[in-house]
Amino acid sequence: MPSAPTGTLYRGREGMWSWVAHRVTGVLIFFFLLVHILDTALVRVSPEAYNAVIGTYKTPIMGLGEAGLVAAIVFHAFNGIRIILVDFLAKGPRYQRVMLWVVVGLFVVTMAGFLPRHLGNVFGDH
Amino acid sequence: MTTPAIADPRTRYSRRKATRGNYELYSWVFMRASGAILIILIFGHLFVNLMVGKGVHAIDFAFVGGKWSNPVWQIWDLLMLWLAMIHGTNGVRTVINDYAQRDLLRLWLKILLYAATIVVVTLGTLVIFTFEPCHAGADPSTVASFCQAR
Repeated sequence: MPSAPTGTLYRGREGMWSWVAHRVTGVLIFFFLLVHILDTALVRVSPEAYNAVIGTYKTPIMGLGEAGLVAAIVFHAFNGIRIILVDFLAKGPRYQRVMLWVVVGLFVVTMAGFLPRHLGNVFGDH
Repeated sequence: MTTPAIADPRTRYSRRKATRGNYELYSWVFMRASGAILIILIFGHLFVNLMVGKGVHAIDFAFVGGKWSNPVWQIWDLLMLWLAMIHGTNGVRTVINDYAQRDLLRLWLKILLYAATIVVVTLGTLVIFTFEPCHAGADPSTVASFCQAR
């Protein structure tokens, strides 16, 4: 791996870390998607086969995994809008840093709406 | 005496020559266009499957049967399947190109990626269109409520 000299244009800080997070969440979501299409395909086998596998998604550990998955999707979605705005707005690159903090704010609000409901479903009476 | 052929000193600059088509441009546009549509499709999917009612506890064979008896959800899920898989495959292709430095490794990783994508998209599409919500011989408690009426 060639090492970049210090003081390059966007090494470190918000620009690079949002890029890293976008990659990591993207790859995670892709591998979940492969598994999710395969497990859903079990509806074509039998109701029992599908229900048995989907039943494992309702355990507390998988419930926490789903919370993590939704967090990854929500970040990837909002940061994706930021990337589109950076690319298409004339002043996009100038405001990329501010827009990342808007993304973080929207992420917190969305997760605050989702987590109580989801964790209530996973850990509460049903 | 013949005059020697002298090349035109100012041959027209052609941007096209250096590139191998506009593939990467189309890929760049597709990531943004599909991403914008996927936000609507996936947020809707997550809201209906995880937020409404009992959330993840409501999901079973009958739940899927109920959803896919409605053509709107069939088309919703079909679009989501194709767009998300192509968007994800293109993203992972970029990651492979960035980090797999040996030519042969890069080639095989991409062959594996495209093979997985073709299998999964084909399987998913077949499942959406050949799914039978009132599965023959199934335990009545496992299928959608509208199956009893038949």
